[in-house]
Amino acid sequence: MNQPASAYFIEDRHDPNETHTLAVLVQNEPGVLARVIGLFSGRGYNIESLTVSETEAQKHLSRITIVTTGTPMVIAQIKNQLDRMIPVYQVVDMTQTKRSIERELAMVKVRGQGEHRVEALRLADAFRARVIDATTESFVFEITGNTDKINQFIDLMRPLGLVEVSRTGVAAIGRGPEGM
Amino acid sequence: MSDKSHDPNQMTGAAMIVRALIDHGVTDIFGYPGGAVLPIYDEIFQQSQVQHILVRHEQGAGHAAEGYARSTGKPGVALVTSGPGATNMVTPLTDALMDSIPLVCISGQVPTHLIGNDAFQECDTVGITRPCTKHNWLVRDVNDLAKVLHEAFYVATSGRPGPVLVDVPKDVQFATGTYHPPRKSDVHRSYAPRLKGDAAQIRKAVSLLANAKRPVIYSGGGVINSGLEATKLLRELVEVTGFPITSTLMGLGAYPASGKNWLGMLGMHGTYEANMTMHDCDVMLCVGARFDDRITGRVDAFSPGSKKIHIDIDPSSINKNIRVDVPIIGDCGNVLGDILQVFKAEAKKPDIRSWWQQIAQWRARNSLYYKKSNDVILPQHAIQALFEQTRGKDTYITTEVGQHQMWAAQFYGFEEPHRWMTSGGLGTMGYGLPAAVGVQVAHPDSLVIDIAGDASVQMTMQEMSTAVQYELPIKIFILNNQYMGMVRQWQQLLHGNRLSHSYSEALPDFVKLAEAYGAVGLQVHKPADLDGAIKEMISVKRPVLFDCRVAALENCFPMIPSGKAHNEMLLPEQANDEATAKAFAGGKALV
Repeated sequence: MNQPASAYFIEDRHDPNETHTLAVLVQNEPGVLARVIGLFSGRGYNIESLTVSETEAQKHLSRITIVTTGTPMVIAQIKNQLDRMIPVYQVVDMTQTKRSIERELAMVKVRGQGEHRVEALRLADAFRARVIDATTESFVFEITGNTDKINQFIDLMRPLGLVEVSRTGVAAIGRGPEGM
Repeated sequence: MSDKSHDPNQMTGAAMIVRALIDHGVTDIFGYPGGAVLPIYDEIFQQSQVQHILVRHEQGAGHAAEGYARSTGKPGVALVTSGPGATNMVTPLTDALMDSIPLVCISGQVPTHLIGNDAFQECDTVGITRPCTKHNWLVRDVNDLAKVLHEAFYVATSGRPGPVLVDVPKDVQFATGTYHPPRKSDVHRSYAPRLKGDAAQIRKAVSLLANAKRPVIYSGGGVINSGLEATKLLRELVEVTGFPITSTLMGLGAYPASGKNWLGMLGMHGTYEANMTMHDCDVMLCVGARFDDRITGRVDAFSPGSKKIHIDIDPSSINKNIRVDVPIIGDCGNVLGDILQVFKAEAKKPDIRSWWQQIAQWRARNSLYYKKSNDVILPQHAIQALFEQTRGKDTYITTEVGQHQMWAAQFYGFEEPHRWMTSGGLGTMGYGLPAAVGVQVAHPDSLVIDIAGDASVQMTMQEMSTAVQYELPIKIFILNNQYMGMVRQWQQLLHGNRLSHSYSEALPDFVKLAEAYGAVGLQVHKPADLDGAIKEMISVKRPVLFDCRVAALENCFPMIPSGKAHNEMLLPEQANDEATAKAFAGGKALV
């Protein structure tokens, strides 16, 4: 491999990328989300999806769910880098546990008339999407499911008059009686 | 209504800061006043337990605190104002983060009601310093201040040490609240560094060590951070196993340079024997080092045949650059103690005589060779002369960054930890002079020398004024080659000898400059005068700028060229134009 002139060792890395969902339990305090996001941008990691909300108000705990991609070595780095942050209690790799459920909620606005409108409603029914707003020329559907299902639904709505989409990002939880 | 005026724990935020410093045993801080810290300065004025050293630039305060910390093992403390005071701290904070130096920075902030208003001397200090601190806090309520200050000291000094920053708005400094002394509940429950190594992993490590044929110990700054006990245990492990030992730049002094198992520093400008031993070993024990890119060379050719054991307190250091076989997360001192105990109980010193014979052959290449001259001072010779003149003295060395730093690491023999203060990870030119100020404050009667370059030293030269004010007799030993030597070296090697902006034109007259500051200036040109001048420098009990004029075009070897492995070092005797061209060939290297 030819090296360009550099004071650094430049290398190609060929390990395949994997997608992992991480659940991060943090102290809910000012700046905690900025710390987590700053870590990802500062170290060049990817964020595919990010969901955050306080989950236990009395203990000031928030749960951040991050979907990220990287080589296995990078994924391990991300987990370690998150885990060493002062306000982080716990990092769980939901993908690695292989016992997790992932859900996302999307609101999908579709505008159309006639056959398109009927078809949109029919598909929504097949996907178990609910109508949460309607006018004579539009619907807003609420759909819940894993990312693939929502992507598929949105793709189907596109030719039927898709106007806009609002998605929550992925939330994940482990199966079975145990907590994380 | 209860009368709180007699409660000794009722005080202003500014008073709490000084009180917390005292409660944490802080005796010296480095700082620079400004509008947003005036209440704190007013408190400092009215007490005598904490000595404040006035620097000339906030960056100087940060590096001085680093030098103080590195040479004592205690946290260094810096106090700066809002806005530019805080932004000037970014370099030392980042430097301390990279080298795991415990630093507590207290910064003033504009009053809370002005935050976000683009007020005078306002900046988003916690936002700016978030990526360059281990943790930081903005304190909005005076009743949180004591807890935050105590936690700040704990976070800075525990686990993997690092810099922290506490940003205190001016109204919080004025407000009165309740102080409490340090207590356990001040710390985030989510923060619990692991100190004790896993017993099963330690057994695996011992089994590898006991059966090694070609072992090496590679130690780093973590051993020094862990404390004197870790150094003692490391030395004992070397003794018990008979293994060769090398160290990173940050780890120098943990094992004595005069020790018989010492291979010298490893890495880009490490010795041939250290790098060859790393490359050919079958078992590597890495203690408190992080496989930095200056150490590993080409990653995919790094020590290809070895089983690697890695002891580190920070799990994120494990498998970051190099995949290891036996990771042990824990404090170096703890883990070394456990390894020694198991090794002594269950294992024998392995027979590695043939390995030592091999190492002797590499050593015989004399990779630090340079040709002395009677006409001009070689920089390597200057360091050796300085080392000889200070041997056995109570000496601390700091450096700037560049060729002089590498020569100092190669030619100055460190016998003890905490004696070597250098900017390893960040490579901060301008670190050494203020760091020397901090070291001298901590060790007023010791000999403190900043081995400097003519370019680096000008970056923080203003701190000479601090040294003069506080009668700190630091010695600034400048290897003056009138170049940014390391930049020039890379331009020669990689950029067709086009010396773009690496020549120091219009250098000041360092002797006159010293005199202008009220310090002592010395200059030496001839090798024959060097020893006498160094003696004079040491005997002067005032700050000295020592302008040591050295061979201008000398380069730093041996060297691992970029993209090459440990066993592809360029040795000094091979470093003629043709060999250099070949070693760096590839890509556009030498167009």
